[in-house]
Amino acid sequence: MTSPAVEVRDLHYKFGETTAVDGVDLTVAPGEIFGLLGPNGAGKTTTIRAITALLPVPAGVIEVFGLDVAKRRMAVRRLIGYVPQQLSADGSLSGVENVSLFARLFDVPRGQRKAKVSESLEMMGLTEAAGRLAKTYSGGMIRRLELAQALVSSPQLLILDEPTIGLDPIARGSVWERIAAVRAETGMTVLLTTHYMEEAEQSCDRVGLMHRGLLGKLGTPRELIDELGRPEATLEDVFRAYSGGSLDEEQKGLRDVRATRRTAGRLG
Amino acid sequence: MSVPLAAPLAGSVDVDRRMSPRLVLSRVVALCIVEIQKLSHDRSELITRAVQPALWLVIFGTTFTKLHVIPTGGVPYLDFLAPGVLAQSVLFVSIFYGIQIIWERDAGVLAKLMVTPTPRAALVTGKAFAAGVRGLAQAVVVYAIAELLGVRFTVNPLRLLGVVVVVLLGAAFFCCLSVTIAGLVLSRDRMMGIGQAIMMPLFFASNALYPVELMPGWLQVINHFNPLSYQVEALRGLLIGTPARLPLDFGVLILATVVGIAAASGLLARLAR
Repeated sequence: MTSPAVEVRDLHYKFGETTAVDGVDLTVAPGEIFGLLGPNGAGKTTTIRAITALLPVPAGVIEVFGLDVAKRRMAVRRLIGYVPQQLSADGSLSGVENVSLFARLFDVPRGQRKAKVSESLEMMGLTEAAGRLAKTYSGGMIRRLELAQALVSSPQLLILDEPTIGLDPIARGSVWERIAAVRAETGMTVLLTTHYMEEAEQSCDRVGLMHRGLLGKLGTPRELIDELGRPEATLEDVFRAYSGGSLDEEQKGLRDVRATRRTAGRLG
Repeated sequence: MSVPLAAPLAGSVDVDRRMSPRLVLSRVVALCIVEIQKLSHDRSELITRAVQPALWLVIFGTTFTKLHVIPTGGVPYLDFLAPGVLAQSVLFVSIFYGIQIIWERDAGVLAKLMVTPTPRAALVTGKAFAAGVRGLAQAVVVYAIAELLGVRFTVNPLRLLGVVVVVLLGAAFFCCLSVTIAGLVLSRDRMMGIGQAIMMPLFFASNALYPVELMPGWLQVINHFNPLSYQVEALRGLLIGTPARLPLDFGVLILATVVGIAAASGLLARLAR
């Protein structure tokens, strides 16, 4: 039997006295695009960071393709491509240098490295800009460059934390197109977080709604909307019904707000 | 175009690659290449960072050479000072890696690096020797300035190789010290303050400016625990041929670097949380 791409069982995580994740159970099937939705402070990023082993979790809580994250951290990381929420490409390096670094860090064999770097940049439509310093890229290009960095090791699981945050609608569309193309071409599993409900509705096979550390609703966007019983409803309406409030009323941590604004600021 | 999933399926994943020397070396090479690429794109930093050592050598060095107030055992004071300024220059470059790693934490770069199959100690070692690359570039600039001022450094290739090793080890240690402090204070503002606060005491409590025998007793005690002093002594011995305890100097620098890597690695996860 094939192992799930991600399996999370009763994940709890606290930062001091603050509960960030309060008992999340989650299964992501191989090959699907799964969206963790919710406002800042809902616990999405903490869940993602636990799955990538950036946060310590007890054994038996999280598995990636059947590997226990607590016990097989390095092996799990070989299967993951990760793009954090912030704009993390190095502006003082060219596009090709940014991607080559990750090819080396993932031990892409020297003989294949150049071709893999070129392929990744080509998939993200950055071949022409590859020699330019990343600080000259637009926001959308930087996001695509980060995707190229994450893809250069041919991961089985692509984890994207708010991939379109701070981007203009055209750049957001372009990023989603590339993610969909990668999935279509490679069958890669994609796990992402976003608080843009309409994007998740269009692009995710299944979504999970997170609110105050809990994962309340799970299903396809259509299933969740149908549950609401209003044909004209959107995923955002589902979320409002589930959380009992507006997205904007959610509590945001200072660090979240600062990170979001910094990202938006760097994108111009 | 299609990019196949090259990563092995979970059932066939190789055993975890832990801290093998080959893995550490590959990460060191990867991060050093990045540092060289950055330097090649923007050489202005080398010039701006050359100002301070140039001032030390041109103003302080030439003045005190004429005054003859610091006994240096028959060596012109400028020659005595130049290896100290070289070490100081490397220290100043390295100590700011703590600020850089906090910036990388804030920008998500650190998290992204830590999600690669790179053990923390390998990542820190890579960063430490990347600081060494920058330190070497800085050392070349200081070497050139000193030569222009008439300091006659060695041209013996073996001795120069020794200088390269000492600069790499010194930079690696002070980079790790800085990353360790960053892992404790976690804030860029606090790190900047602490970085400034420790640089000058490290410099003045070393043999960079004057012989140890001229220091008051309490400062001599501190000097014995200051890795910068061992770095300066080794550089001085290698570059201008003054007496040096090279095995001890190299031993202290290697030990300090290993301890520094262990301490910084231990605190890296705290930074990434």
